[in-house]
Amino acid sequence: MKKTLILTFLAVFAAGIAQAADQMRMAVTTSFHNSGLADVLLPEITKDLDLEVQLLVVGTGQAIKLGEAGDVDAILVHSRTAEDAFVDGGYGTHRREIMYNDFVFIGPADDPAAIAEAETAADALQKIWSASAAFVSRGDDSGTHKKELSLWVDAGLDADTFDAWYNAVGAGMGAALNTASGLNAYVLSDRASWLNFGNKGDLALLFAGDPVLFNQYAYLPVNPARHDHVKTDLTAKLEEWLTSERAQSLIDGYMIDGETLFVFNAK
Amino acid sequence: MRHAFWLVVTFDAELAEIALRSLRVTLTALVIACLIALPLAAMLAVRRFRWRRATIALLNALMGLPPVVVGLIVYIFLSRSGPFGALGLLFTPTAMIVAQVIIIVPLIASIAHQSLRELWAEYHDLLISMNVTQVQKMRTLIWDARRALLTAALAGFGRGIGEVGAIMIVGGNIDNATRVLTTAIALETGKGEFALALALGFVLIALALGVNLAIHWIGQTERDSRW
Amino acid sequence: MVTELFPVTLTGAETSRRGKRLVGPVDLTLDGQGLCVVLGPNGSGKTTLLRLMHGTARLTGGTVQWACDTETARHHQAFVFQQPVVLRRTVEENLTYPLRLRGADRRTARTAARTWAERVGLGAHLTRRAMVLSGGEQQKLAIARALITDPALVFLDEPTASLDGRAMREIEAILLQAKADGTRLILSTHDMGQARRIADRVIFILGGKVHETGPAQGFFDAPQTPEARAFLNGDIVE
Repeated sequence: MKKTLILTFLAVFAAGIAQAADQMRMAVTTSFHNSGLADVLLPEITKDLDLEVQLLVVGTGQAIKLGEAGDVDAILVHSRTAEDAFVDGGYGTHRREIMYNDFVFIGPADDPAAIAEAETAADALQKIWSASAAFVSRGDDSGTHKKELSLWVDAGLDADTFDAWYNAVGAGMGAALNTASGLNAYVLSDRASWLNFGNKGDLALLFAGDPVLFNQYAYLPVNPARHDHVKTDLTAKLEEWLTSERAQSLIDGYMIDGETLFVFNAK
Repeated sequence: MRHAFWLVVTFDAELAEIALRSLRVTLTALVIACLIALPLAAMLAVRRFRWRRATIALLNALMGLPPVVVGLIVYIFLSRSGPFGALGLLFTPTAMIVAQVIIIVPLIASIAHQSLRELWAEYHDLLISMNVTQVQKMRTLIWDARRALLTAALAGFGRGIGEVGAIMIVGGNIDNATRVLTTAIALETGKGEFALALALGFVLIALALGVNLAIHWIGQTERDSRW
Repeated sequence: MVTELFPVTLTGAETSRRGKRLVGPVDLTLDGQGLCVVLGPNGSGKTTLLRLMHGTARLTGGTVQWACDTETARHHQAFVFQQPVVLRRTVEENLTYPLRLRGADRRTARTAARTWAERVGLGAHLTRRAMVLSGGEQQKLAIARALITDPALVFLDEPTASLDGRAMREIEAILLQAKADGTRLILSTHDMGQARRIADRVIFILGGKVHETGPAQGFFDAPQTPEARAFLNGDIVE
């Protein structure tokens, strides 16, 4: 019997992992990952290119840092200013737009701040502010967080001066949604994360559609001039695939609950 | 809850793979940690050297080391722009093993030192009289205290398998590569998928209990056959 | 393999701890004939004297000179403690331990263990855990473990002090047999009856100093010092 046990232990270690011929690492944002699109794209990439793309799911801030340190081969994020700084700093070779989705305001179904009637995103935020309704912020330097901060600025408000109704959770999209669900609070989310979220509780989608809420995703390969171990040939292969017609049909065709989430716009 | 239970019963392939990876990472870390911690504990018990007290104090202090900080430090060292960046170990199971070893060595060494010290008090006169070498002393103590040391190792295993902060940072929670039970639980909770998270939690508990029982059972059969 | 340890000469040998002299200075020569009993009341320094000679108490003054070099002498000695020290192993593993340390192969060690277990009456307990034996059995095991390496000299520090009469008799028989087989024994005791039964030679110690030494017969019949006389009379001496 003792032997059986030892054999079991050995089996645990011997269990091989089937792997594709090539592997590369890409940092992506939580919101992209939560959308579930990755689960559709990655198997197709493996099938077409015999390439295993290992995803590091982090906030935009950390994704940029990972690229700068050379710990990933490419990043897929959605924060224009940070992306430009990344390329300007020589950390990335270039920036390639792939697709966009949009941000939406989520909140308690009874909508105490009445943002459903707002004209613009800035208007919605002002309503939340004047009602001092509970609001959950990502607070993690992610693309979504940066977007939210810029929206407060558009609304003429300074998030640093807010009282206890403003809750910065310092966590990913899912955790922020969980918190909002628990507090019955307003929160800014990307549409995909919201649709895929499994713990909606009393929350509902209250405001969307303002063009300022569009969310552009871009692909940035890490510069091999800075990090010579970066797999440039693979990042180029992946870029070609992500901008191909095949990717277009998969991205445009991806739906949750009958809703299209992403719009392919690579040129 | 029922959904979670169903997921465990059907035990799909991905769940199995994640569980297996958890086990592999933690058991490897455990073996390495024991190879470091047990001789260290034995040495602290039998030798009187200059920094002995300081080392013991340090080990006890390190036991309370927040795993997240360990993760962060390992991350900085293994990052491509860090001192060991050329090895390319960040976001690999190896990095996770390194972090776990650092986390559990002080725990195992401290617990092991307690029991080895007691045993040494018992054996001291005899072994000194027999004029045995330091290495022989350490081997005798480790072998004769093996049951207590097993408990120390189990404590280390428990801490390792349930660890999430450090593993998340240095492993990156990459699907099919560095995702283990704890990081998967964090991920699924983040997605609001409580049923799946709970199912993973059940598997984690089952693994921890299973390994505990298996090891206790080894001790048991030994007792039966010999004593 | 006959390594001659004797005569051993102690010259001004003493040991002190934190400025307090525990034993000494001792000037003594032993030719090692037969069984030597270190006799004296509790606290007189018997244990320390034995350890001093064995080399496990630190010599803070004087010398202990064996007929061979100290390291060789130590290799051919064994020590049995008042409270038996047994390893947390089986009886057999306790007995094979010193042999395995000295590089004996497993089979030789096991054969010797079986022989010695039989000789001290533990033949039926080979596979039992040493910790569950009675005090007397544990001490017999410790003595067998000391004798199994065929030492030239065995120190025994009050080996029967905490045992009942039957265990004491059995152990004395084992020791006399060992003496007959040629092993030299130095045994400490505060039990005069035991000394009378087994001693060939007596060292009478009091307050860390040797007061009298000589053949047992002479010591018991005509003690030379008033302290020894008082001790033999059963008076309290300090």
